[in-house]
Amino acid sequence: MTAPDGRAVVEAREGDGAALRIHGAAIGDRIYSSAITFFALCVPLLLLAIAWEIGVAGWPTLHKFGFGFLTSSEWDPVKGEFGAAPAIYGTIVSSIIALVLATPLAIGVSLFLSELAPRWLRQPVGFLVDLLAAIPSVVYGLWGIFVLLPVLRDPVMPFLRDTLHLGKTGLFTGPAYGPSMLAAGIILAIMVLPYIASVSREVLLAVPRSQREAALALGATRWEAIWGAVLPYARSGIVGGVILGLGRALGETMAVTMLIGNRPEIAASLFAPGYTMASLLANEFSEASSDAHLSALMAVAFVLFVITLIVNAIARWLVWQVSRNSSGKTA
Amino acid sequence: MSTMTPPIAPPLRPTLRQRAFSERTVRTLKRRRIVSGIMLAVLICAAVLAVLPLIFIFGHLLELGIGSLSWDFFTKMPQPVGEAGGGLANAIVGTLILIGIASALGLPVGVGAGLYLAEQKGTKLANTVRFLSDVLNGLPSIVMGIFAWQFLVRPVGHFSALAGGVALGAMMIPMVARTTEEMVGIVPVSLREAALALGYTRWRTSLSVVLRTASAGIVTGALVAIARIAGETAPLLFTAFGNQFWSLSLKQPIAALPLQVFSYAISPYDAWHSLAWAGALVLIALIFIISLIARFATRARFSTGGGD
Repeated sequence: MTAPDGRAVVEAREGDGAALRIHGAAIGDRIYSSAITFFALCVPLLLLAIAWEIGVAGWPTLHKFGFGFLTSSEWDPVKGEFGAAPAIYGTIVSSIIALVLATPLAIGVSLFLSELAPRWLRQPVGFLVDLLAAIPSVVYGLWGIFVLLPVLRDPVMPFLRDTLHLGKTGLFTGPAYGPSMLAAGIILAIMVLPYIASVSREVLLAVPRSQREAALALGATRWEAIWGAVLPYARSGIVGGVILGLGRALGETMAVTMLIGNRPEIAASLFAPGYTMASLLANEFSEASSDAHLSALMAVAFVLFVITLIVNAIARWLVWQVSRNSSGKTA
Repeated sequence: MSTMTPPIAPPLRPTLRQRAFSERTVRTLKRRRIVSGIMLAVLICAAVLAVLPLIFIFGHLLELGIGSLSWDFFTKMPQPVGEAGGGLANAIVGTLILIGIASALGLPVGVGAGLYLAEQKGTKLANTVRFLSDVLNGLPSIVMGIFAWQFLVRPVGHFSALAGGVALGAMMIPMVARTTEEMVGIVPVSLREAALALGYTRWRTSLSVVLRTASAGIVTGALVAIARIAGETAPLLFTAFGNQFWSLSLKQPIAALPLQVFSYAISPYDAWHSLAWAGALVLIALIFIISLIARFATRARFSTGGGD
């Protein structure tokens, strides 16, 4: 009886020790996993906090003006009239100019890198384009003020208006001051170019070789292979990249503030100064004196937040869709 | 020519239709080749055009920035208008302090969230967090600044370095989280399994085996994130606010290089314009040094990976 008893005791002790150790490990593991879960939860919490803080602060304005806040173009802090239409219009127009200029260039440089460039040229050119994304917005603004604006004022704007007779379209009329929707659009185009280009390049490099080879084997010229086989394959990914670029352009602040002229008016001509939501915030936020003005600016921030949230969500969804499809196909 | 029996191979000679088609193809081949050549030339032009702005910007930065750089620039304080000289010593130090605060907030939270994303891959929460961090990454920086103002400046009643650092740190979180996830994801599962088999607990395996193996890559990601926030201006406009005087206090407004470049650039004085160029040059140099270190960190990772 003693021997089995003794063994039982020893076993129990060993079992206790192991249990203790396992118990300790379980506590450590539990602390660890709850810690990283907490950190992970910080991301959605942060988004919620931003939406809540800004939404609550902007609510009085949104409630008072309702839908008219988005459509009225009267922005007069002194009278207490707030309509964000010029800023929304400027945001959209400057972003459209940026995309119209940047998208063909970005797709062109990505196609050059994925289809034409010799191997030794690929990395340096890709690196240079990516480098554009590393330049701070304020440096773009500085360069824009002292280099881009003078060039626009003297040869470019008169050339577009008078020499090319584009003044008749209504888009390129009026005095060529320099600070304008056009200037903001051009600087934005340079700024979003690397974002569109890097996504497009990735998507184009993921197009299987067999696509190109099949097209070439059928007798297509190189361009026909690109146009008919490569581009359609990469289309939705490139669209995702463009929308990602749109998200960047919509929220870009400093460079636009320095170049757009900051006038809350809707003008058809791209030579006229304008305003964007981001530049409106940058200009007036620290000078807002009344609660109503502050609340109106918060409402503008909320609108900007919601728009970029939607645009980014769509872009991410598209890019993910493509990467999931291509990984499914290669697997 | 026995075409009467139905189940027979089709004639080898091309039909009239096919012949017409192939003749047309040959006829248009020249034109198609020309179109192809033109379009390929257009692609090359696009590549050149895409690189040109960068070359111009760098050229002007060097041309206009270097001239105003001097020892004073790094050691002196900003001077009022009309007085010659002066530097941006306080702005340089301020930027470093802001980067420090941002890293203290953004790195731990970002790395933790990244570990969660890598280890709980495929769970609903992980997918949501991954999606939302991409969305957060695309949020305009000025919105982040306004959030920080509402959250940290408005209740206190004055601008502070802390608020600026928090705004920048919040921007770092999604970037660091995504690179950490990626880097932890490429650590071989066998390594984790070996550590677990040796009796390591899960948390020690994660922290001292997996995270350590991925550390060089995470450092790279962190430096890239720091390089990106170092030049941010918009989130600081209503938080750090800028300061003409020497200040190291986290509770006081603090100067920052991007803010100083902004206010000098839109000022009407030539002397301040050249200071703005010099400031921009120093800012870019700072960002490049950080990115270069990041590149070397990556290279170190690859070389140790190759040695294994």
